Amino acid sequence: MSDHTVKSYDDDLASLKQMLAQMGGLAEEQLANAIDAIAKRDTRLADIVIAGDEKIDALEQQIEEKSILTIAKRQPMAQDLRQIIVAIRISADLERIGDLAKNTAKRTHAISEQMPRKLVSGLTRMGNLAQEQLKNILDAYARNDADKAISVWRSDEDIDALYNSIFRELLTYMMEDPRMIGPCTHLLFGTKNMERIGDHTTNIAENIYFLVHGKAIIEERPKKDSTSTTNYNLIK
Amino acid sequence: MDASPQMPTLSKVPRILNERETKIVASDVNVYYGEKQAIKNLSIDIPDRAVSAFIGPSGCGKSTFLRTINRMNDTIDGCRVTGDILVDGKNIYDRDLDVVQLRARVGMVFQKPNPFPKSIFENVAYGPRIHGIAKSKADLEEIVVNSLKKASLFEEVKDRLDHSGTSLSGGQQQRLCIARAIAVNPEIILMDEPCSALDPIASARIEELIDEIRQNYCIIIVTHSMQQAARVSQLTAFFHLGDLVEFGDTDEMFTTPKDKRTQDYITGRFG
Ligand SMILES: Nc1ncnc2c1ncn2[C@@H]1O[C@H](COP(=O)(O)OP(=O)(O)OP(=O)(O)O)[C@@H](O)[C@H]1O
Ligand SMILES: [Mg+2]
Repeated sequence: MSDHTVKSYDDDLASLKQMLAQMGGLAEEQLANAIDAIAKRDTRLADIVIAGDEKIDALEQQIEEKSILTIAKRQPMAQDLRQIIVAIRISADLERIGDLAKNTAKRTHAISEQMPRKLVSGLTRMGNLAQEQLKNILDAYARNDADKAISVWRSDEDIDALYNSIFRELLTYMMEDPRMIGPCTHLLFGTKNMERIGDHTTNIAENIYFLVHGKAIIEERPKKDSTSTTNYNLIK
Repeated sequence: MDASPQMPTLSKVPRILNERETKIVASDVNVYYGEKQAIKNLSIDIPDRAVSAFIGPSGCGKSTFLRTINRMNDTIDGCRVTGDILVDGKNIYDRDLDVVQLRARVGMVFQKPNPFPKSIFENVAYGPRIHGIAKSKADLEEIVVNSLKKASLFEEVKDRLDHSGTSLSGGQQQRLCIARAIAVNPEIILMDEPCSALDPIASARIEELIDEIRQNYCIIIVTHSMQQAARVSQLTAFFHLGDLVEFGDTDEMFTTPKDKRTQDYITGRFG
């Protein structure tokens, strides 16, 4: 893409993109720490994650302000307008990802030291997958790579599939030992958080596609999360 | 994540041309000023009862092409036009065509308001009178009042119709010129940057006016404001160096233009 005749317009768009990259980096870091905190039952690290969410929120605010100002000043058209609209949308997804990381970190406090390691490993596996997806999608955004965005979008299926199996696994533990219901519920929520992070990542993928092509992805992505229809009797 | 709905396939022909009758068909039009070619092999279909916007960098030939539609180029020394321009299927470059009659059917509003140095009333009455449109004095008065109303100028000037047209403000003068253009009941209205000398409020009133009357006319507007083109038109044509680069539904031209030159131009990347 060639430069705008007015150089400061390029600067506006570049700084928006740069702020988003920074926000993405923070979200990645928060997510990594949240997973680490839970895996190691590290409440001190969990507290760092909880406190760190503010920075992401502040960046979202700044991106929104910068976007509105740029629209008012430049009256952008075509892909410039999409660039800005997409920045607003992606920042909203990243903000939610930050919230979900924070919520997951919080649960570190509720999961006791005695909890079998095995139980937590499902959540960390989910977390690692979500983290990888997030990293890939931020990479796709940085390079305006719609093809890569599509491949991330498709692989959300993997997260959904893993979520389904962990859901069943945790349900089984809870049935076997009612004392596990408390901690397992926290794990379940944590796992669900990772699944939702995957959803936000696919939102970002759709926005990258829209940014590049000016239209929505038309392919249908198979929805594999079947837990809302899975009940107690089915898995018995 | 719900699956996104299937997008309709975009056709090459602008949607509006499928819905409206075609008013103007230009084919292989070339315009020369002496040796210099200002329009190159241009073909375009322009729909009736809609607004078409012509955009493009300065000197790309927008005004030149606009003037071929009412044969205003005939009045320019050394200007030569080849190719066919049909209005309602009739070639306006045919020898037997009455140019005065043509210009009554194809009205024009210029960049700079150019009222005659006559009264407001006379400015509007002039056309209907010379074209013999009014049957009586009362008839003429009615045409003048209606035209001023359509141009949303009547309320501001009803008490001073005998004042000079040049005594009005720039925006009022431009609306007077529009009233003058519509008084002869044209089928086509050509507007060459009608708002370039106007403040935002006056421009908005012209845009509102275009919006109100577009159901009854074939309107072509040349504008340097992308936002104005996006707001007032249903069809947009992008000109570059005498070529028609792209024309299509306005909504698509300003969101997902097909040609890189169009994209660069509307996003402020060249020129
Ligand atoms: N009367 C004329 N004699 C000679 N050349 C002319 C004449 N009018 C226009 N041209 C040339 O023809 C080309 C197209 O001019 P035209 O006025 O149609 O451009 P335009 O797209 O309307 O530009 P603008 O946006 O500045 O009004 C230009 O290169 C111009 O110099
Ligand atoms: Mg011009």
